[in-house]
Amino acid sequence: MTHADGGFGPDLVEVFGPRQEDGGPELIQLLSPEGERIHHPEFDMDFSADQLRGFYRDMVLVRRIDVEATALQRHGELGIWAQLLGQEAAQIGAGRAARPQDFVFPTYREHGVAWCRGLDPLKLLGLFRGVDHGDWDPSEYNFSLYTIVIGAQTLHATGYAMGMQRDGVVGTGDPERDAAVLAHFGDGASSQGDVNESFIFAASYNAPVVFFCQNNQWAISEPIERQSRIPLFQRALGFGFPGLRVDGNDVLATYAVTQAALQRARDGQGPTLVEAYTYRMGAHTTTDDPTRYRVSDDVERWKLKDPIARLEVYLKRNGLADEQFFADLAEEAAALGHTLREGCKAMPDPKPLDIFDRVYSETTPELVAQRDGFAAYLATFEGAH
Amino acid sequence: MPEYLLPDVGEGLTEAEIVTWKVKVGDQVAINDVVVEIETAKSLVELPSPYAGEVTAILVAEGETVPVGTPIIAIGAPAEATGEAPESPASDPKADMVIDLSNPAASGGGEGESLVGRNKADRGPTRRARRPLVEAAGERTARADVHDLYNQNATDQHAKVEHIVSAVLGDAEHQARAAGEPTAGPVSLPAETPAATEAAGDVRVLAKPPVRKLAKDLGVDLRSLEPTGPDGTVSRADVEQAAGAPGSDTPTPGGPGYAASGAPGERETREPIKGVRKMMASAMTDSAFSAPHVTEWMTIDATATLDLVARLKERREFKGVKVSPLLVFARAVLLAMRRTPMINSTWDEAAGEVVVKHYVNLGIAAATPRGLVVPNVKDAHALSLVELARAIEELTATAREGRTQPADMASGTFTITNVGVFGVDAGTPIINRGESAILCMGAIQPKPWVVGDQVVPRQVTTIALSFDHRHIDGATGSQFLADVAGIISDPATALLF
Repeated sequence: MTHADGGFGPDLVEVFGPRQEDGGPELIQLLSPEGERIHHPEFDMDFSADQLRGFYRDMVLVRRIDVEATALQRHGELGIWAQLLGQEAAQIGAGRAARPQDFVFPTYREHGVAWCRGLDPLKLLGLFRGVDHGDWDPSEYNFSLYTIVIGAQTLHATGYAMGMQRDGVVGTGDPERDAAVLAHFGDGASSQGDVNESFIFAASYNAPVVFFCQNNQWAISEPIERQSRIPLFQRALGFGFPGLRVDGNDVLATYAVTQAALQRARDGQGPTLVEAYTYRMGAHTTTDDPTRYRVSDDVERWKLKDPIARLEVYLKRNGLADEQFFADLAEEAAALGHTLREGCKAMPDPKPLDIFDRVYSETTPELVAQRDGFAAYLATFEGAH
Repeated sequence: MPEYLLPDVGEGLTEAEIVTWKVKVGDQVAINDVVVEIETAKSLVELPSPYAGEVTAILVAEGETVPVGTPIIAIGAPAEATGEAPESPASDPKADMVIDLSNPAASGGGEGESLVGRNKADRGPTRRARRPLVEAAGERTARADVHDLYNQNATDQHAKVEHIVSAVLGDAEHQARAAGEPTAGPVSLPAETPAATEAAGDVRVLAKPPVRKLAKDLGVDLRSLEPTGPDGTVSRADVEQAAGAPGSDTPTPGGPGYAASGAPGERETREPIKGVRKMMASAMTDSAFSAPHVTEWMTIDATATLDLVARLKERREFKGVKVSPLLVFARAVLLAMRRTPMINSTWDEAAGEVVVKHYVNLGIAAATPRGLVVPNVKDAHALSLVELARAIEELTATAREGRTQPADMASGTFTITNVGVFGVDAGTPIINRGESAILCMGAIQPKPWVVGDQVVPRQVTTIALSFDHRHIDGATGSQFLADVAGIISDPATALLF
């Protein structure tokens, strides 16, 4: 257990084994890339045909939202768009595992989770179009605002989970009442102080939070190998709670693992780190050009692990969905694309004074004075209203 | 009549150049069909049409740079087609739609088949085979099942999913295609290292990423150009000029299709000597006529080396590392140099000295999409076998991707060129400028061989060594070649060094 060069401390390769291209032996999988069901000793589940078709529909529609939004950016209708291509299973699996009473904290790429929480995708487009600040009411969806600051939401999530403990909605044994927090972040954020601090707080207070890390292998242009010497899920042990690595391109496994971790949190047993092992197939955002820093071989390999294709194969091979289902879904996706295009272009530009209504829930006298002053200034322009 | 205004595809970009129109007046386009490729300060981007209908006007010519917000194309309503017929249908709609999605962020998606990848049917089935993946046999079978299922039951929806994936990920294929065509032909002898005479790190050419990409695609070495762009940057025009014909595929000498590249009726094609070719020519001539070359040959039985390679592959340390005969040759060269250090030296004409190096920067000649490059493994003499294997793998992978940096090619002290990969027996290699010797590996093939008094099939190869006869005499060169051959025929003799 010592370094070959005679130094002290454990040899990481001996402790964790050689680097694994495919997620390693700890990768929890219920559906192989070839669309074959795998049985897992701990996390196996039975899925109804309805449930499977539901996952499939979610993923197809979410991919459609993503592709359409990317096109809208190229049409000049959005300022920027953060693509989720390739991460559909990780997001739908996690999003569907959360119950209505759970509270979800997203990054800025959680379009699939937003979809599961019932948020109109047009609300997302408003943020990326720059006509609002992504200001949906978090309490209406139990879905927080998109957070652009990397990793900051994990602190909010941990604080919120500690609040749940104080509200007495954890570990009561009442399934309708017990709640937990689902905190999203990425491999890049795992290097942030915020994320590490939230791990410590969550562990110390045994907070009901599931840290859901979509390891898409890239922090913009920085590969995961430079972010961590050990598999990310292993880090949880150092903080004092369990960590699991799930195939993030396998919607079934992601669902099973996330809902088990959430249940553990709701039961009052504390935090879990779930590392959803996936790949960012697109660019970081529409402003990025990944060909400048990554190898096409990797992309090619991950293409064969497409999350939608493997479930489609499973559905077809087992006769769980007929041609009509796929045809209807195609039509639904096309209609969704149309709705997004038209809806995006129809969004009104914000009024200059709107910003004053969006800062505090109860406006302060000082802010009222500022608003009135600004309104008076605007009124000096011809044609102002 | 809707007009498509040039969007800001980055954050805060003010202008872009129209590079290539993918449609022309009279074409029918659907929403999100790619209509044009533009170049911004950040990248090349393809723009999907926001409108469906007939293209009624192209408002900005290729090569023009216009501000964001400028109308670039007018597209009529689908039913609005006038009686005036377009001059001719698109020459080849498939060719028009061969899209280089070198930037996966480049294109949006769209209305199913109207999205890029219209020609997917052509390339789909072969796409995955082009890049064999490391898979267990059982896995591959399972994949074959998946593919069968796809092919038999592909629904419209599925096609869309596939289209989207292949469109957005198109770069991978494109690059794979490029990498699959070695541009250096069978006469793959090492080029010079262009930066060899300059200090590493001195060579920093300024060019926008799209220009770099263009240069890579056209096989133009940016460092060979006189920058005429703003702030001393190399412009697109510089690259195109160096490449000869703007936008055309410059045939590579000896490359596939060379003979057929002329226009019908043309008995000769004149190609400018520029870019990589020019530099290679200058280096070759310089080396060939300044250093008196002697080449010696040896045909040897490499069976034991192939056995060693097979055994190494089984070892735990070599898991995930590429092990090939080249590795054993590299190691053999490094060991043999201990007895004949003069092989690893430089003739310093100006100083009137021979500089014997106590380190080895081992060059490996690599055929790449942009031509022949010779990156070298720095301080190869200090590496263990597995470290050497990793270093060679990384260096050749980088070279194949066209990402070899000038520093990687500078300061080489000895080169190995492997023409065996082209199935050639051997050749007379030309010494890499600034070095004193080069070893050429030929193909390793089963041939009759005399062992004792029996003729038996053995894995036989021919190796050739060229050395600078100004300071390396025949005895030294022969000793070195014999030592390398000895290790290849019987790797156990490595213990002697």
